[in-house]
Amino acid sequence: MSMAVRMIDITKSFPGVVANDSISFLVEKGEIHGLLGENGAGKTVLMSILYGLYRPDRGQIYIDEKEVKVDNPATAIKLGIGMVHQHFMLVPSLTVAENIILGREPTKNKVLLDMDKIVNDIKGFSERYRLKVDPKVLIYTLPVGVQQRVEILKALYRGAEILILDEPTSVLTPQEVEELFKAIRALKEQGKTIIFISHKLKEVLAICDRVTVLKRGKVAGTVKAEETSPGKLAEMMVGREVIFTYEKKRVKSEEAVLKVEGLKAINDRKLPALNGVTFEVCKFEILGVAGVEGNGQTELVEVLMGLREATAGRVFVDGTDVTNTVTGERIELGVSYVPEDRRKRGLILDFSVMENLILGKHNKYPFAKGWIRLNFEKASDFAKGLIQEFSIKTPSEDAPARNLSGGTQQRVIVAREFSRKPKLIIASQPTRGLDVGATEYVRKKLVEMRDQGCAVLLISADLDEIWALSDRIAVMYEGEVVAIRDPGKTSELELGLLMAGGKRD
Amino acid sequence: MIEGIRRVNPEAWHTLREILTKLGLSVRKILPETIAIITAFLIGAIALLITGYPPVEAYSAMISGAFGDVFGIGQTLTQATPIIFTALAFLFAFKSGLFNIGAEGQLLVGAFASALIGISFNNLPVYIHLPLALLAGALAGGFWGFIPAVLKVKLGAHEVITTMMLSYVASNLTSYMVNYPFKAPGWVPQTIVVAPSAELPRILQPTQLSASIIIAVALAWFTDYMLKKTTLGYEVRAVGLNPSAAESSGISVKKGMILALVISGAIAGLGGAGEVLGVHRRFIEGFSPGYGWDGLAVALIGRLHPVGVVFAAILFGALRSGGMVMTRATGVPLDIINMLQALVVILIAAPKLIRYLLKRGGFKW
Repeated sequence: MSMAVRMIDITKSFPGVVANDSISFLVEKGEIHGLLGENGAGKTVLMSILYGLYRPDRGQIYIDEKEVKVDNPATAIKLGIGMVHQHFMLVPSLTVAENIILGREPTKNKVLLDMDKIVNDIKGFSERYRLKVDPKVLIYTLPVGVQQRVEILKALYRGAEILILDEPTSVLTPQEVEELFKAIRALKEQGKTIIFISHKLKEVLAICDRVTVLKRGKVAGTVKAEETSPGKLAEMMVGREVIFTYEKKRVKSEEAVLKVEGLKAINDRKLPALNGVTFEVCKFEILGVAGVEGNGQTELVEVLMGLREATAGRVFVDGTDVTNTVTGERIELGVSYVPEDRRKRGLILDFSVMENLILGKHNKYPFAKGWIRLNFEKASDFAKGLIQEFSIKTPSEDAPARNLSGGTQQRVIVAREFSRKPKLIIASQPTRGLDVGATEYVRKKLVEMRDQGCAVLLISADLDEIWALSDRIAVMYEGEVVAIRDPGKTSELELGLLMAGGKRD
Repeated sequence: MIEGIRRVNPEAWHTLREILTKLGLSVRKILPETIAIITAFLIGAIALLITGYPPVEAYSAMISGAFGDVFGIGQTLTQATPIIFTALAFLFAFKSGLFNIGAEGQLLVGAFASALIGISFNNLPVYIHLPLALLAGALAGGFWGFIPAVLKVKLGAHEVITTMMLSYVASNLTSYMVNYPFKAPGWVPQTIVVAPSAELPRILQPTQLSASIIIAVALAWFTDYMLKKTTLGYEVRAVGLNPSAAESSGISVKKGMILALVISGAIAGLGGAGEVLGVHRRFIEGFSPGYGWDGLAVALIGRLHPVGVVFAAILFGALRSGGMVMTRATGVPLDIINMLQALVVILIAAPKLIRYLLKRGGFKW
């Protein structure tokens, strides 16, 4: 069998870490090859080397059995390698066609854009690869799933034979994932080679022919998808069996800790984001909010935390009306917050671990009285305690948070927020981008807090997560809670329909 | 140069390093600054050669003028004092993420307010009159920082514009005050002399060096302490480094910004008061040759660290006082000093160049 990609003995170090340690990675022509691994396992670095974004310290790359030097993405594109990044590289105010041709615009007489030819070309392409999209519409009007199709078309238009998809499903609804998978299979039929980067086991198994698992910069193994199972793959990734189900010993309680009534708000673009949201979360309960991103979840959390103004409706925490009060007041009432963007909202990256751990408690006993001296000895002891209790992997409490891995950073936030003895936890995408180990840890902690009587509002784009943790599931669509379901009395299909706006109560 | 010391005299090297480490500056840390200063002087020497002046004589006149005798040292420190204040003012606001480039205006209103208190009372005891005058300077400067802070928080006006514009307002306002309502008899636009009970003592006769330098150095230490060891400083830094995260954990970003600008203005205002009560004993129009703007450069050279600021201000002070001696002794125009100051700033703002020079020089630390 001829190999489309043959990366041999690739080594790449960054100061302090060996990101790729003599990795050999082989992809057969015409296969869908999964590249699986935890965050920081070296997947993205390896693919960045293939795409010419990094140069390896050592090793050879062969494309179609010919040795090549990929110095930059332009070379990679010439060699027929295309990459669809996790964050799309599209110009929102241009049309689909304009985006696709960007960088290699076909012209009439070398001056004028030949728009008719372009539109026809693209129509041909999208039919051939079953990637349906109207070339004339503006990018920003399209849903994420379609934007992704545009990215794929862009790569194909540039002559990609080998297509790298970096975490392509992380922003999609279940239906959109199905669409994407159909398209990927169609591409395979056309003879394209696909490298599918992911850390979602189920997806990798559903779409890939073979899977290579990376672990701490090394290859843990390459296996055929049909000869393995999620458990085995997870074991290869983390080196131990991972428990995927969480025990739900439900204590019924009618005592609402968070009550939201008819909440309305506008987003940053001054458009309505919340159109009358009503729900409540009780003690001993995890309410999972499912929904495709951009349906008001972000704004809902911000309004609940006092970071965005509510234009109508009321928010009660433990019976107290906190509508449009400042964030500090909610924290006083026992609200803990795990923000969706941990680097932006959750941590001060240039602060030390210790300084981050006391954030929000820094002005209270025993650390301080008012604005006067901050007792760093007490803070240090407190931090050491949390580092141990939450197994935060840091050289010391004085290390800057910036130097920690994503999973460890999340542990810092979780430690800070959960050690407040909260009555209510608002956790927004708490496991996004985390590896299996860290994900499992955060989920376990959330369940633990629930079992201690905490009310938990869990907002997640990961349906599996909602499914695994929630006692009740609320579905958000276009700024409203369109349904609340008991996980035992609904199906993935129904939730998918609700999330896509195809059904409502 | 430092490399040389190490080779020639390991013992002196060791002592030097120990002193610097105690001051919170390791030799390694200030190496880029040292190289920038030396490079600036080398370029300055070329400029001197081209224009026909002997660089060695000019520089030695400058150095001996700045540090050669008690008078020189006194003048150097006198020149450095107000710049320490304005640099600390810039630094403090900067730590909260704000660019207060209006220290000049805050210094001027602070100076005028202290002069006003100084001339208004005649029979107060020193221990009341002097603190009162200093306090007036700090309050006036703080108020001048409060205006742009409120404009920013309430209306979203960018502080770079407002603080700069308020500097011109302060300059014209104080100028009006000493030309009309508070003009002393005579042709100079200045106030009358402050009461002796409001004077800051001169500490190194016969130079003009006043106790203001002590306040400045104490304030540098206190700024460092405040930023590192107090809840207020913690909040200011949190707001500066990541306002979103600070906000999410219940810190009021608006309050933090207002406080930071008010404190920043108060520091600059106190510097103005020190000039009036210690050096000039009255408010003279145009007494500041741009201390506020120098403060910005000095804060940068001092790597936005309170201790670094003191040393960088002394460098600027030395350039000014030594420069005057150099002009008198060798006829080199004073503009060369402005050029040297600008070169230091440019070279320090170019860390890549310095890193390249370090690499080529084969320095190993």
